[in-house]
Amino acid sequence: MVTLGQYLGVSGMLFAIGFAGVLLRRNIIIVFMALELMLNAANLALVAFSRYRLGPDGLPNYNAQVLVFFIITVAAAEVAVGLAIIVALYRARRTTHVEDINALKF
Amino acid sequence: MPAPLFWIFALVMLVFGAAVVINRNPVASALSLVVSFLGLSALYLSLDAFFIGIIQVLVYAGAVMVLFLFIIMLLDLRAEERRKINWFAFTGGVLVAGSLLLQIFSVIGSTKIAHDHFPALARARVDDVHNVGLLLFGQYNLPFQVIAVLILVATVGVIVLSKRELP
Repeated sequence: MVTLGQYLGVSGMLFAIGFAGVLLRRNIIIVFMALELMLNAANLALVAFSRYRLGPDGLPNYNAQVLVFFIITVAAAEVAVGLAIIVALYRARRTTHVEDINALKF
Repeated sequence: MPAPLFWIFALVMLVFGAAVVINRNPVASALSLVVSFLGLSALYLSLDAFFIGIIQVLVYAGAVMVLFLFIIMLLDLRAEERRKINWFAFTGGVLVAGSLLLQIFSVIGSTKIAHDHFPALARARVDDVHNVGLLLFGQYNLPFQVIAVLILVATVGVIVLSKRELP
C-alpha cells in the first residue's frame, strides 16, 4: 500500500527538480517550464491531502480539488502572458539567454 | 492503485521532469514535459481525482504545451551552444536545491500522518465532476467569475504585448 508520505515525497522531489531547473538553466523558456513543474508539484500535494482527509460524507475533500482547478486555470493564463513577454523580449534583444539580458545589472 | 503502478508512474514523472532540466534542445525539453505531465495525471487518477487528471491532460499536456512548442518554433531556438559553465553558480544552485529537498524530506519524515495509509472511500464510485461542479457554481462562484475576468485580462494583455507597432 502507498502512504501519504510517499505521495508527498514524490511531490517534493518534483518541486526540487523544478527549483534546480530555475536555478541552473540559462534559457528563459526552460526556466519557465521548470516553473510549471513546481506548480504541478504543489498540485500533487494538494490532491494527495484531498484524498487523505475525507469529508463528512466519506468522499475526498473537494475543496482542495477546486483549489487545484483554480491553480491550473491561473497557470494557463500565466503561461500565455509569460510567453508573450518572452516573444516581446526576443524581438527587442534577439536572445532568450538570461545572461545576455543584463541592462539592469549593477 | 497498487504500489507497483504508483512507483512506475512516479518514476516516469520524475525521470522526464529531470530530462526537462537536463536536455539542451528546447523541443526535447518540451516533449519531456508532456510525458512528465502524463505521469502526473496518472497519479491524480490513482488518488480518485478523475476530473483533475483529465483537465491536467487537456489543459497542460494539450493547450499549454502546444503554446510552448509554438513559441519555441516561432523563435526558432536551436540547441544552445555550450557556454562556459559558471561552476560557482552551478554548485550553489545544486546545493540550494538539494538542501530544499533534504528539508522537505525531514519535514515529511517527522510528520505523524505521513506514515498513514489512505482511508477507504465510503463509496467505490466517486462522482467527482458532480461534486467539484457543485462547489464551483455554489460556494466558489465568486472566485470562479473572478478567474473568468483574469483570463479575459490575460488575453487582452497577450494581444497588447505581441502586437507589432504599425509604421
